[in-house]
Parts: sequence; C-alpha cells; structure tokens
Amino acid sequence: MAEPALEPMSEAPVAAAAPAESILYLEGVSVSFDGFKALNSLNLIITRGEMRSIIGPNGAGKTTMMDVVTGNTRPDEGRVLFGENIDLTVLDETAVANLGIGRKFQKPTVFESLSVFENLHLALRTDRGTFKTLFARMTDGQGERIDRVLETIRLTERRYDLAGDLSHGQKQWLEIGMLLAQEPELMLLDEPVAGMTDAETEQTVSLLHEIARDHSLIVVEHDMEFVRNLDCQVSVLHEGRVIAEGAMDSIKSDPRVIEVYLGR
Amino acid sequence: MGPITSRLMGLESRRGWMLMLALGLIMLVLVPILNLLVPADSIFHVRTFWISILGKYLCFAILALALDLIWGYAGILSLGHGAFFGLGGYAMGMYMMRQIGDRSVYGNPDLPDFMVFLNWQELPWYWFGFDQFWFAALMVVLVPGLLAFVFGWLAFRSRITGVYFSIISQALVFAIMLAFFRNEMGFGGNNGLTDFKDILGFDLASRNTKVGLYAVSVIALALVYLICRGVVSSKLGRVLIAVRDAESRVRFLGYSVTNAKLFVFTLSAVLAGIAGALFVPQVGIINPGEFSPAKSIEIAIWVAVGGRGSLFGAIVGAFAVNGARTYFTGAAPEIWLFFLGGLFVLVTLFMPKGIVGLVQALREGKLADILPKRRGQLDG
Repeated sequence: MAEPALEPMSEAPVAAAAPAESILYLEGVSVSFDGFKALNSLNLIITRGEMRSIIGPNGAGKTTMMDVVTGNTRPDEGRVLFGENIDLTVLDETAVANLGIGRKFQKPTVFESLSVFENLHLALRTDRGTFKTLFARMTDGQGERIDRVLETIRLTERRYDLAGDLSHGQKQWLEIGMLLAQEPELMLLDEPVAGMTDAETEQTVSLLHEIARDHSLIVVEHDMEFVRNLDCQVSVLHEGRVIAEGAMDSIKSDPRVIEVYLGR
Repeated sequence: MGPITSRLMGLESRRGWMLMLALGLIMLVLVPILNLLVPADSIFHVRTFWISILGKYLCFAILALALDLIWGYAGILSLGHGAFFGLGGYAMGMYMMRQIGDRSVYGNPDLPDFMVFLNWQELPWYWFGFDQFWFAALMVVLVPGLLAFVFGWLAFRSRITGVYFSIISQALVFAIMLAFFRNEMGFGGNNGLTDFKDILGFDLASRNTKVGLYAVSVIALALVYLICRGVVSSKLGRVLIAVRDAESRVRFLGYSVTNAKLFVFTLSAVLAGIAGALFVPQVGIINPGEFSPAKSIEIAIWVAVGGRGSLFGAIVGAFAVNGARTYFTGAAPEIWLFFLGGLFVLVTLFMPKGIVGLVQALREGKLADILPKRRGQLDG
C-alpha cells in the first residue's frame, strides 16, 4: 500500500498550480441542473494524507461533488485539481480512475456474477488497456496482494463465493476492498456504512482508520455517530457550498449547522 | 475458480475437453466416412443431402457463438448480426461469381450476368480484386469488421446500451437490406448472387467438394469456439461480465468500457462474417433476404434456446432450432413460425438458462434453482 504514487500521465492536462500539499483542490465550482444549483461556487481543499468527512442534508451537493471529481459531471465553472496541477474537469471516469482516484458508491456496486476474488482481481492496479487485459496473466505478487486485501476486509473465507451471495455489509466491504486493490492516492467513499448493522459499522470505522494510515480519504456520510467515531476534520455542505469546517465538536455548536440540521 | 464453472457449462475440466474433442472428431472424421466410404444402401450411410444440411447448421452455430460472445458475456444484444453474416457471405459470393467467367448464360467473361442484363459496360470499382480468393477472404473479415468497428465506436462512445442498442442494430441491418435490394448497388438486387460453379477450382456440385466444405466448417467452428473460450476465460472476459453486471462501475475501476465493447463487438462481427462466407458456397446463393430483420432476431432465439452465456449453449441452440425448422418445414410448414415464436416465449418464461442450463440443473438435481419462482411458492 505504501508503494510510490502513480506517475501522472504525461498527457494529463496541466493547470495553474494548487497549494503544494493539497491532493484535491476545488475552487469556485458550480454545477446546475435545469436551473437548480447543485454546487454553488464550492471551495474545498483536501490535504495529502488527510481523512475528511463531508456531511450535509439531502440535496446539499455531496454526490454531485464526487461526480465532478471523478469525471462523470462537468462543472459549469470552477477549478478542480488533483495533486498540484492536474485538471480533472476535462477527464472522463476511466482516465480519472487511472490517475489514482477511487470511488465507492452509495449503493454497493460489485460485480455479482463474479467471485469475490475475481472482483478484487479486476480492481488491481495494473495496465488496464484492452489488449493488455486480454493477454494478462495473474502473477504471484497479484495473488498475494489480493490475499492481503481479503484479510483486511475480512472476506478471506468467502473468496470463491459469488459477490452476489454476500450480505449487504459484506458487499460494502468488498467494494472498499476493490478500492484498496486499486491502490488509489485518493479514495472517495459515499455512505460506506449505509444499511450496516451496528457491529458492522464499528468494524468499518476501524477498517477506515487502517486505510487512512496511507491514503487520502473523503467520506461522505449521514450517520453523525459514525462521523464522530471517525474522528477527523468535517466539512458541512449546504445548498452546494461549504458552510462550516473543523472538528466534529466545534461543528456541532456552529449555529448555521444547527439551523441547517435542526431548523427549518 | 468457482463461478467460472457456470460460465462454460462445466466444460473447462479435463472431462469437458475430452467431450468436446470426441464431438469434434465424430463431426470431422466419422460423418464424412459414413458418407464417402459406407455404401449407400447401408443403414449407416449418411446422405450427401444431410452433409450439406449439417454444414449449414455448423455455419449457424458459428454465428450463434458470435452473438453469445457479445450478448451472453458483455450484455450487448445485437439484433443486426445478420448484417455481418450477410456481408461475409456477399464477399464470398462475389468471388464465386467472378469464377463463373464465360460459363454464364450471357457468356461475358468480365461481367456477371446481372450486370450484362442491366446493360453495364464494365465492372464497378468495388468488384475489383474479387477474382482473387485471397482478396475475397480478406474482405470476408475486413468488411464486417470495419462496419462493426465504426458502428460500435459511434454507439458505445455515446453510451448507447440495452434496448436502444438493439433497436439501432436492427435499423442497421434493415438499412443494408434496403440498399442491397436496389439493382443500382451492383450486388444483383433482389436475386442476389447465385449460379456459382466452383470454389478454388473445386466443382461445387461434386460430393467431395460438399464434404470438403463441411469439414472446413467443422474446423472453423472448433477454432471459433476456442477463440471465444480464450476471450471469455481471459481477464478481459471478466471485464466484459463486469460490464454486463454494472457498466459504470467498470469505468471507475479504470477500464475503458468503450474499448472493451468495441473489441468484442468487432471480433464478433468478424466471426459472423466468416460464418457467412462458409454458408454461401454450401447453399449456393446469397440474396438480401439474409439481411431481413427477422433473420437477425432469430439468431438471438437460437442463443436463448441453447442457453446464453455458456458458448456451448449457442452451438446447441443453433442445431436444435434449425433442426426443428428442417423437420417442421418438411412435416408442417404452416406451423413453423408459431412453433418458433412459442418456443421463444416458453424458453424465456420457463428455461432462462436454455437447454444446457436445464441439462445441468437436472444433472445436479437443482431444478428448483433455475425455474422462475412463483409467488405462491414463496408465500408458502
């Protein structure tokens, strides 16, 4: 996991530099759908190696923010930089993934008719060109790597089972495992504990802490208790912009946050 | 690797290989012997008529494999695969047309009969080169491949999937049919290409040539099956299954879905073109009827009946449905289409995994697993 960062692609678009320690830099990003401003001049900086939680009520723009970062929504305006100067706004999902940004979806999406092992095998960081993939042979190193991920996500016992046969919580873990196998520099997790039991949620917290040791992480979540347990910086999104940022305790006493969550 | 078992219907084991090899040898060696060496009055004699019929089925089996490769594994349902089959057939037909030379009715050594009939003075440019077998063979793969590449690139790049893709692929084959019906196109219009005399110097009417074409078809089917198997069991095969399950997730893993689909779609079209090229010398005619939308839809029925996503099922389906057609068109031609339609409905409702799925379930005693669950049963 502590392997050197992916070399940025030589043809990756270069833009004016962001602050040196940032891994993700969003400045003045706006997206509107049919007049509805999903993101309204959003500013957000994630520092390299940081774990950040993003919370906010429904429709605050959390998922749209992820869509913008991973290349499936183009912002109307604003700058989105990965690392110091790679412009993400002109890349598609495939290119963004190959740069080293992994994403876990809100609804667990694993490949149900493939085994757990095969799901992870597909996710492994490697040359993903079509012909390279056609003639790819699994190496011992890759097998070991998959074994390690299986251990981390506690699915070693179920490696040959179909992913479709896993429980909901296990699918969530498998998807996190697929992210790990991708060895991304930055991981985006959309509601990783949605639908999990309390015990599973607890295990996920420790899993994320483990992952955060050598990855930059953005966790979008509804569950306040879970976010508190993550014990990291929190950004509160509301109507497409960040209205508060800081530790969970200071956020909780912020009058604007209280109004957004409890008022209305 | 567990689940891959169900992907090839248990044929990846040693026993599976032996079974395939045995089947192949029976088709390749035994059947020709029973035709050529066993005397005609013996009950073991296989009539040449049946050799030609089997040869036709073999071509259909290749076509079904081509469709199963994209539909069964990547989830791309093409309802226009007759286009690639027909184009491969026309390329081969053009070669055999040029071989007729001055033995045609009008006796013009440079122009096929239909062009003489249209008062054309010289060969259109796109007929050049088709007097050479190697050129025609090249076109058999190149024309369907190129069309599929361009069509696929436009469709997959715009992320046209599912039923929308099926509809435009149907439109493609329909458009090609209308174009080929026109006499001005220079492909014989309504009547197509026929009256072939020989291929590579072998007389098409002779029994030996018929058995030879049949044997080539067996070998071609075996090779195509191995190619498809290779693709399906590669890592790319897993990417394709992943595309079928959750297309957008594959993109976020860093694979180009467009390129993966484009590769397999183009390969599939090339295989369909080869099937068409083998088909035409065995039936002796190619006309725009091969491009009729109904024929393309029928290919999907073969695959569904045999069992989609198992490769072997496609072969079984092509033989089963076409065998039934041969029987019905002899015994009761008026009910054939009703039978075909009914078959499709029944298979969709009660045999979602087709014939091979049913056989496998019977063998493993898991019939309940593949039959659709009824509400009443669930509620107890």
